[in-house]
Amino acid sequence: MSATTAAWIVLAAPLAGTIIMSLLFNRLPGRSAGWIATAAIAVSFVFALVALVKLQQLAPAHRELTSSLWSIVRTTGVDANASLLVDPLSVLMICVVAGVSTLIHLYSVSYMSGDRGYSRFFVYLNFFVFSMLLLVLAGNFLLLIVGWAFVGAASYMLISFWYRRTTATRAGIKAFVINVVGDVGLVLGTFFIFRHTHTLDLVATFHVAPKVFASGSGDVTAGCLLLLVGAFAKSAQIPLHTWLPDAMEGPTPVSALIHAATMVTAGVYLIARMLFQLAPAAGDVGAVIGAATLLIAGTIGLAATDLKRVIAYSTMSQIGYMIMAVSAGAYAAGLFHLMTHAFFKALLFMAAGSVIGAMGGNQSLDRMSGMRRALPFTFVCFIIGGLALSGIPPFSGFFSKDDILAQIGSRGGWYWGLYVAGYLGALLTALYTFRMIFRAFLGEPCAEARELIDHGHLFHPEQPTNPANGEVEDTDVGFPGPEHVIAERARPMQVAMGLLALLAVFGGIVGIPKTTTWLDSFLAPTFASSTVHLHPSNTLIYFGLALGTAVGLLGILIAWVVWVAKPGTAPVIATRLRPLTTLFENKWYFDELIDALVVRPSAWFGSFAQGTFERLFVNGALIGGTTAVVRAGSAAVRSAESGFVRYYVGFIVVGLTAVGLYFLVQS
Amino acid sequence: MTIAWYLAVSALIFAIGAGGVLVRRNPLVVLLCLELMLNAANLALIGFSRMWGNGDGQVFALIVMVVAACEVTVGLGVIVAMHRLRLPVDVDTMRELQG
Repeated sequence: MSATTAAWIVLAAPLAGTIIMSLLFNRLPGRSAGWIATAAIAVSFVFALVALVKLQQLAPAHRELTSSLWSIVRTTGVDANASLLVDPLSVLMICVVAGVSTLIHLYSVSYMSGDRGYSRFFVYLNFFVFSMLLLVLAGNFLLLIVGWAFVGAASYMLISFWYRRTTATRAGIKAFVINVVGDVGLVLGTFFIFRHTHTLDLVATFHVAPKVFASGSGDVTAGCLLLLVGAFAKSAQIPLHTWLPDAMEGPTPVSALIHAATMVTAGVYLIARMLFQLAPAAGDVGAVIGAATLLIAGTIGLAATDLKRVIAYSTMSQIGYMIMAVSAGAYAAGLFHLMTHAFFKALLFMAAGSVIGAMGGNQSLDRMSGMRRALPFTFVCFIIGGLALSGIPPFSGFFSKDDILAQIGSRGGWYWGLYVAGYLGALLTALYTFRMIFRAFLGEPCAEARELIDHGHLFHPEQPTNPANGEVEDTDVGFPGPEHVIAERARPMQVAMGLLALLAVFGGIVGIPKTTTWLDSFLAPTFASSTVHLHPSNTLIYFGLALGTAVGLLGILIAWVVWVAKPGTAPVIATRLRPLTTLFENKWYFDELIDALVVRPSAWFGSFAQGTFERLFVNGALIGGTTAVVRAGSAAVRSAESGFVRYYVGFIVVGLTAVGLYFLVQS
Repeated sequence: MTIAWYLAVSALIFAIGAGGVLVRRNPLVVLLCLELMLNAANLALIGFSRMWGNGDGQVFALIVMVVAACEVTVGLGVIVAMHRLRLPVDVDTMRELQG
């Protein structure tokens, strides 16, 4: 079997799962839908590994395979095939996506077991994995855009999965609209590139582009900037990030899969894949936005009180690192962080899901405390994820984050600014991560934790309510199910979290600086044409590793002092820095800003257009004018129809005479 | 005798017929005037036939007579039907085609 055949099977398995489960939707007993979905993704993962092995057997220069099944469009100027591009970048992506997705599916088998929309959930989840794999395997722009849009649609369906919750449906609409902004950017950027290269095929584009574009020319920069808009919307970068925290309205496995491990990394993949080496200006914009996002998201994460939202802001912040890396030319480092982040962030979300299960659906950090003894396994997983996220050696996040920052630093010049921002962000990361952990797990056990420790059964609220706004709910389809689940009592969840914890600990092994270069050398063929080659000096690498460790430990120490050793400190600091806290608590007013700059002017323009333009011009002038002309014309014609037969005869006689006379005179 | 005289007579008869169709209100007279017009056309056809020394025009005239006979049959039938229904025998009262 060749690598491309394996890639087609990788794509086919989740699609088959989606179709089978959609057709048998109402007839799947018990948890069978979950197991079918998990099996489909597991098959996908196995064949992703087959593709990886097969690709390794080829010479490095020949590790760029394409395979085309049929032609979608074939006209003058546009040739689009259903083709896949299998190269180290796409194979790395499918391994990460399929691997993490398998574990998250496994987790969901138990986690969603009490939900009335169980089968529907797995149909959506499989469809999402199919879309994401299509996005990363696409061999031409057309399939890339299709996958891109499918991913947005799947995200919408899963965020709004509890469709009777008004907050969830609103969050879904918000995510979809912002994603569509990104889709428009992607499509327009594609047009900019296509106008010059005259091909939709990705490999052909990469070969032609350096010949038709001068480096840094206006068109390629404009095209890449538009692609950046797409990447920012998908990857939740400023200013198109506001949908991601709201997307936490979806079930927790969805947050783990879509909004941490896979979908939001699509922007990183796009930047790594596209022609950014030809547009240094666009790359610089991406790097600066990435750095700004990682700082701003980190500060908001410090003030957020919703457990899942803290992790969501942390995701934004970590993706800021990746975007910064791939925009600045540190491709392998960015993708390394993508991989390790997928492991530890999925783990953190899963652990958060377990905590939320123990809290009976409540997500507020203000309510939680002392979960450590109630949820020992979850606590260990959370700590491992938190340490990996904070970049403490020897956890995976340590190597990948410092790899990015060393490479950024080695570019010198104003990139030192990004370097400093990166380490500032690392301090914030450790701080907000351990604020979350200490507040949720340490201290006096809260009522819910006590119920679990003393009586050994899960807390159940008398009346289920929406944690976001307190609306009363029932447990029928369209709302969360009646039962909550914790990892300690569900074997599939434990297996998934345990495996991810191992990966979060040991995932960094593929790229330990100066020791292992597996990932670098594996990805090298894809980025061989890149003009930026970064070789950080030994001093920089070792300094970075030491600084990273120090900053991470410092962050944890500060968090320990503020939230554990002297518990009253946090409110004091908050009151002393009132303007800053207000800013962070209100998420830097981005929602209000977008509301004032875009939403309200659009709404005003809409009502203006409806009241003035449509009423006066469209309804009055266009429609009214047309009907008036027709009515007047028909009145004129009607008066000729007198009904007197001899009038008609008279008309005929006069007409025929006129015609006859005309021809007589002519001849 | 030149063809011009034949044509002049034909045109005169045709004009009389057309005028009758236009001004008379009795359907019977309208039908008669229609016959007049058809026969004016016949006269012209036969005149031309003679001019060319060729029988085609005469065949045409015979066909026109057949058509005229059919038309009179239908027209008289309509008039008789109007009589039976006691409708006023006046073409101007039948104006249901008015728009």
